[in-house]
Amino acid sequence: MAEIIKRKKALSVSPLKSSQPIGASLAFSGFKRAIPMMHGSQGCTAFGKVFFVRHFREPIPLQSTAMDQVSTVLGADDSIVEGLKTICEKSKPALIGVPTTGLSETQGCDAEGSVKTFYKKYPEYESIKVVAVSTPDFTGSMESGFAAAVHAMIDNLVPSQEQSHTRPGRRKKQINVLVSSMLTSGDLEVIKEYIEYFEMRAVLIPDIGDSLDGHLGDDMFSPVTTGGTLVSELETLGDAIATISIGASISKAATLLSTRTGVVNHHFDHLMKLNTIDKFVALLAKLSQKPVPEKITRQRSQLQDAMLDCHFMLGFSKFAIAADPDLLYSFSHLVNSAGGSVAVAVTSSKADILQHVLAESVKIGDLEDMEKISADKKVDMVLGNSHAVLSAERMGVPILRMGFPQYDLIGGFQRTWIGYRGVKQTLFDLANIMTSLDKGEIEPYQSIYAQKAD
Amino acid sequence: MKAKDIAELLDEPACSHNKKEKSGCAKPKPGATAGGCAFDGAQIALLPIADVAHIVHGPIACAGSSWDNRGTRSSGPMLYRIGMTTDLTEQDVIMGRGEKRLFHSIKQAIDDYNPPAVFVYNTCVPALVGDDVDAVCTAAEERWGVPVVPVDAAGFYGTKNLGNRIAGESMLKYVIGTREPDPKPTEADIPIYDINLIGEYNIAGELWHVMPLFDELGIRILCTLSGDARFREVQTMHRADVNMMVCSKAMINVGRKLQERYGTPFFEGSFYGIADTSLALRDVARIIGDTDLITRTEQLISREEKKIAKKLDLWRDKLQGKRVLLYTGGVKSWSVISALQDLGMVVVATGTKKSTEEDKARIRELMGEDAKMIEEGSPKALLDIVAEYKADILIAGGRNMYTALKAKLPFLDINQERDFGYEGYEGMMELARQLALTLNNPVWDAVREPAPWDNLGYVKDEKLNTVLWSSNG
Repeated sequence: MAEIIKRKKALSVSPLKSSQPIGASLAFSGFKRAIPMMHGSQGCTAFGKVFFVRHFREPIPLQSTAMDQVSTVLGADDSIVEGLKTICEKSKPALIGVPTTGLSETQGCDAEGSVKTFYKKYPEYESIKVVAVSTPDFTGSMESGFAAAVHAMIDNLVPSQEQSHTRPGRRKKQINVLVSSMLTSGDLEVIKEYIEYFEMRAVLIPDIGDSLDGHLGDDMFSPVTTGGTLVSELETLGDAIATISIGASISKAATLLSTRTGVVNHHFDHLMKLNTIDKFVALLAKLSQKPVPEKITRQRSQLQDAMLDCHFMLGFSKFAIAADPDLLYSFSHLVNSAGGSVAVAVTSSKADILQHVLAESVKIGDLEDMEKISADKKVDMVLGNSHAVLSAERMGVPILRMGFPQYDLIGGFQRTWIGYRGVKQTLFDLANIMTSLDKGEIEPYQSIYAQKAD
Repeated sequence: MKAKDIAELLDEPACSHNKKEKSGCAKPKPGATAGGCAFDGAQIALLPIADVAHIVHGPIACAGSSWDNRGTRSSGPMLYRIGMTTDLTEQDVIMGRGEKRLFHSIKQAIDDYNPPAVFVYNTCVPALVGDDVDAVCTAAEERWGVPVVPVDAAGFYGTKNLGNRIAGESMLKYVIGTREPDPKPTEADIPIYDINLIGEYNIAGELWHVMPLFDELGIRILCTLSGDARFREVQTMHRADVNMMVCSKAMINVGRKLQERYGTPFFEGSFYGIADTSLALRDVARIIGDTDLITRTEQLISREEKKIAKKLDLWRDKLQGKRVLLYTGGVKSWSVISALQDLGMVVVATGTKKSTEEDKARIRELMGEDAKMIEEGSPKALLDIVAEYKADILIAGGRNMYTALKAKLPFLDINQERDFGYEGYEGMMELARQLALTLNNPVWDAVREPAPWDNLGYVKDEKLNTVLWSSNG
């Protein structure tokens, strides 16, 4: 059990944390023809947009209720109604997500009430789904904001068994998959691929693997997301044969789904270790009543081979990891499975999963904390986002970029970390970095009596 | 900040937008906005001051999403690249502990990083809760003896432009005039004059292309506001002989007020392109009014122009006749045109959303009376113009990059987030190289071809339900 060390200092230096509204917006972006509209000042959205654009290298649909001085003081609920109407008129989306922000929460907005007012005032937009979610940036992190949005989507748009007469197992080939913010578009593709290997179909909630995977489409421009799960699919979740949830942060939403629909949920905290992936594959075989395809067993044996190759470099290696709770937890298991250890673990906000991180302690804090704690730990390498690059430089060690944001690494956003192949590549990369450190080289030495004269 | 103070900042007599209701100061429309808030504007205007500890007082979104986010470079201290925020919690907001946290944050920043000054940026939540940031700054300054400068720029006060002005106002109120410049070097055999470059952000280090020219002419840059600046430089800005507003109206209030208070003349200029770099150098010498300096400036200009013209020949072949759609704001709408024309390119249209009437007059001068001016810059509108005018490349700010790439159109980033420096005579070489690099890249042909499996040349005969493969391909 890792000891959890809380934040003690006043100033956060080199912050690790991204905000809840960012996470919620990302989750909404995993649905097709969606657009998030943050309820706050226009800066809340502009910053988030630039953040996303730099990370994904994609145009990102994101709007704002643009609270100004008057609406901030006198009430900005009308701005939500006006903003929703404007977006509906201009873009005819399937879904508008409305994450709140620190500003609107402090002011005391009623986002859900405003959504009701909107429908009452503009019944012609009844078919456009609007989901509000409370995500002030003064609590939680990107991960919890993402999870809150998924929870709100299910709560608002998945009908109960009684209501719509859905029946678990009616769609024998459908598996619902609820995913945490730690999974990249590459990860989501792998999940879909694995499920398709067993001749079944995955409905991902949400699916940024289809909307933010960086594909070149036929449309030159779209004001809403061009991919992602269809909003209408939410009504079918109750007919699926099973639900799989991946990542601890998403388990609350998964529980809501399973109690509401009666569909059994199978939960995995991560898919970044050989034996966990084995269990995932075995579950799919059981649900589909199909043998494990040769392709998968082959990939598994490749991972095993890679683990052997890499253990020479990774044995006794020490890592400093800075990430949101789910990702920190997952990497601590991966590193340990390769013979390394986590000397420094820093995370953005608290979560129950943190006590199960494979490290002596977990510090809730910032990248400066990581630097300071690392001082006497002889860390070999940092695992963190692009913000941690400067920290790693100051620590004098290399970094492998993971997490969010990755604005200085092309393609970082879509890297696959999970599944047999994803883990294999991670091990190779970690091993290569270790090799580049020239560890164990003997310092040149010249005898004081030498006659070399150079 | 009081509504009265905001209104006063919005009323900027030196800005030619002042008379009309224009984008810069217009109210944002819910559901249809682009661009940042006042905090964003204030922060980007001052963050390049490299040795200052910049503390953002607010919950995480403000600093968390924006720190270390610009291409501005420092030749020395790197403190400006370390993000600092009070990262307010729910408890802070409810219990009113924000001021206390800020006070301790300032101490922590001073203790750990020993900066010559601390800037504190106020944001929406503390502004709304009612934290007295000015008072905390005053108290902290008295207690620890380091200048602590409040920049009261909550996002809901208004747009990014307003934020730029708030930043300038803070400098005028708290920093400029608090120190006299270092004595001028006496060993030089030419007289030394002092100038400021206001609105110069040293993106990708591009100012370093221009600095040697000023050195040669005996012109000391007292301060750039704010690229590669130091706090002790900003303090001396009141003593310049001339202020140059570089490519920007953003902090024109600083230029105007320095003129009112200290009688320093100011002018607007740009270092983009050969013609404009020369013009800027000429203007500085002309306003200083030293005839010897004017002669030496002309000599330098003619030497540099000859040198660069020769170097650019190499690129001109690759760029000659290529058609450009330029979409950028204000002064750049014409200053970059001359740079592109220097390279033999044809500018088919230019954005004028933030341009003034003078800007537009210069555009007509450069592009002819029928110049296509783009007021509305939505992605769709830009792409329509690209199609209509058969543009080969879009040159615009980073936010339009993916508009272009999704439409399979070459693109060059001209705004602040870019990684390359284009200023001065030497910067033209980089601009040419980047343009050639994208325009001549084979990927464009590759992505414009349809996927081969869509068109393998077969025909399906529905009656026979048979696929007929063509025999001649």
